[in-house]
Amino acid sequence: MSSTPAAAPPATSQEDREIRTGRSRQAGTSRGNRSRAAARAPWILLAPFLALFTLTFVLPIIVALISSFTKVTRSGLFGEKGVSSGFAGFDNYAQALGDANFIASIGRVLLFGIVQVPVMIVLCTILALLLESASARWPGFFRAAYFMPYGVPGVIATILWSFLYVPGLSPFIDIAGSMGITLDFLGPDHVLWSIANIVTWSYTGYNMLIIVAQLKAIPGELYEAARVDGASPWRIARSIQLPLITPALVLTTVFSIIGTLQLFAEAQVLKTSAPAIDSQYTPNLSAYSTAFAYNDYNVAAAQAVLIALAAFILSFVFLRLTNRKSS
Amino acid sequence: MTSTTASSATRRATDAPRMGAGRAAGRKRSSTILVTAILVVVALYFLVPVYWVLVASTKTTQDLFSTNGFLFSGHFALWDNLARVLSYDDGVFLQWFLNSVLYAGVGALLATYLAAAGGYALAKYEFRGRNAVFGTILGGVLVPGTATALPMFLLFSQMGLANTYWSVLIPSLVSPFGLFLCRIYAQATVDTALIEAARLDGAGELKIFHTIGLRVLTPALVTVFLFQLVGIWNNYFLPLVMLSDSRLYPITLGLNNWLSQVDRLPEFYELTTGGVLLSIIPLAIAMIVLQRFWRGGLTEGAVK
Repeated sequence: MSSTPAAAPPATSQEDREIRTGRSRQAGTSRGNRSRAAARAPWILLAPFLALFTLTFVLPIIVALISSFTKVTRSGLFGEKGVSSGFAGFDNYAQALGDANFIASIGRVLLFGIVQVPVMIVLCTILALLLESASARWPGFFRAAYFMPYGVPGVIATILWSFLYVPGLSPFIDIAGSMGITLDFLGPDHVLWSIANIVTWSYTGYNMLIIVAQLKAIPGELYEAARVDGASPWRIARSIQLPLITPALVLTTVFSIIGTLQLFAEAQVLKTSAPAIDSQYTPNLSAYSTAFAYNDYNVAAAQAVLIALAAFILSFVFLRLTNRKSS
Repeated sequence: MTSTTASSATRRATDAPRMGAGRAAGRKRSSTILVTAILVVVALYFLVPVYWVLVASTKTTQDLFSTNGFLFSGHFALWDNLARVLSYDDGVFLQWFLNSVLYAGVGALLATYLAAAGGYALAKYEFRGRNAVFGTILGGVLVPGTATALPMFLLFSQMGLANTYWSVLIPSLVSPFGLFLCRIYAQATVDTALIEAARLDGAGELKIFHTIGLRVLTPALVTVFLFQLVGIWNNYFLPLVMLSDSRLYPITLGLNNWLSQVDRLPEFYELTTGGVLLSIIPLAIAMIVLQRFWRGGLTEGAVK
C-alpha cells in the first residue's frame, strides 16, 4: 500500500462563506488595468500547478485510456518486420478480465479489505477513545508510539516484519516452537493475513490520529451536560463521541478501501521470502508484471483502468450507504 | 488544546460528589490501571519490530540465526555492521539516503508552495472556469497513484525523462489533496478585507499572495508539507517503475535491492538490518517530534 492522502477536514459550509472579491473590487477601484491584473492573477497563481497536474494526472490518464483500447501487432517472429497499432475495442479489457489469476487477485484483495479494514478501523477507534478518556496515563507517549510506524515506509515495514516471519530468524516461531506450536506465517493459507498485519501495523496509528483530532473538536460542554445527566463513560462514547466522529470514520474507511485495492509493496517485497505469493498476487502486482515481465503495456493499461474504476465504485457505494444510514 | 484538559479536569471534578469519594477513587484507579494496561500491550505491538531490528543490527550473521531474536548476544557488532552498511559499494547507502532527502524534501517544499498558490487562487478569486478547474483537481484526489504510474512511465520514456531524477521529482510536486486543503483553509481564514486594504495601498496581486496569503496559510502549509513529505518518502511504486539506475534509487528501493540478495549471500542480512535501523531512526524521531503539528493542522482544518 503506498501513500494514501488522509484527513480531509469535512467540507461544510465554508463554500457559502466566500465573498465575491470581483464585485467588491470593482466598487473599490475603477482603474481598468488594476482589475485586469486581478483577472489575470488567479491564472498566474494556478498555472504551475495546472501544468504539472496535466503532465502527471490528465495526460497519463488519457494515455492509459488510449493504450487500453489499442492493439499492437508485431509482424515477424520478434517484431523485426515492423510494429503496427490499431484500435482494439474492448479486447484488452476482455483479456484482462478473462485472466483467472487477475480475477483471483481482485477477489483476494476484496477478502483482505473485508477483514482488514474493519479490524483496523475498530482498533484505531478504540485506541483513540481510550487515549482521550480521563483514565489514560501518558497519552502523549502512547500516541507517539502508535503513530511512529506511519513514518516507516511500507517497504521497510515489510522487510522488518518479514524477518519476524521467516523461520530461523523469527523469535516468535522459536518461542512457539519451544511450546510445541508450529507457526507458519508465510504459507499459502496465512500469508495474506501476515500482509494484513503489516498494513494494520503501518496505518492504525495514523488513522487513530485523525479520529483523535475529531474527538478533540467536540465541545467540552457536551461532556459536562452528559455528566450532569449521569451518563456512564460507555454511554458517552456511544451517544456523543461515536456519532460526532462518524465523518472521520467514513473518511478513513474510504481511504483504506482505496489503499487496499492498491496493495503492492507489501506483497512484492514479501514475495522474496514467501513462495506462496506469485507475480499476480494483487491486482497492482498483476498490472506491474504484465507491463514489465510480459511487456504487454496495453493489457497492463486496461488492468490499471479497471483497478482505478473499482476503487471509484467501491468508495462511491460506501459513501452512498453511509449517507443513507445517517439521513 | 487547552480546552480538553480543562474539560477532563471538570469531568473528574464533577465525578467525585456523585459517588462516595472513596469508592469513586477506587473505581478510577482500577479503570486507570486497566486502560493503561491495554495501552501498554498495544504499544508493545507497535514497538516490537523496531526493538527486534535494534537487537538484530548488533549481531553478527552467525549470532543472528543462533541466538534468541529478542536478546542481545555476547558479541556486540553494531559498529562493525553500520560501518559496512555505510561503506558497501562506495557508500551507495548514503547516496540512497540523500536521494530520498532530495526527492522528499525538495518535492514536498515545492508541492506545498504550488498547492498554496492554487488553493489561494481558487478560494479568493472569482473567475470563469473556476468550478471546472476545482472539480477536475478534486477528481485527482481519488485517482490512485499506482494507476497513473504505469502510463506516466510510458509518457516519460517518450520524453526522455524516465530513469532520471526528474521522473520521480516531477510527480512529487503535485498534491491535489494539498490544494484541496489549502483552498478550504484560505476560504476560512484569509480575510478579504485585508486583501482589499493591500490593493488600495497599491500592492500587486502576487505580492499580496506572498505577503498576506502565505503567512495566514502557514498552519495549513505545515500539514500539507508533512503529508507530502511522508508520502514521497514512503513511495515505492513510482520510483520502482521509473528508475533502473540504482544510483538514483531512494532508500526504499535500495534496501529492497539488498534484501532480495539475502538468499544467495547471507551477509546481506547484516547490511539490510543495519540499513533498516539507520533509515528508521531519523523518521521515527521526526514522527514523534512532529506529531503535534499533524494534530494541530488536522484539528484546525476540521474546526474551521
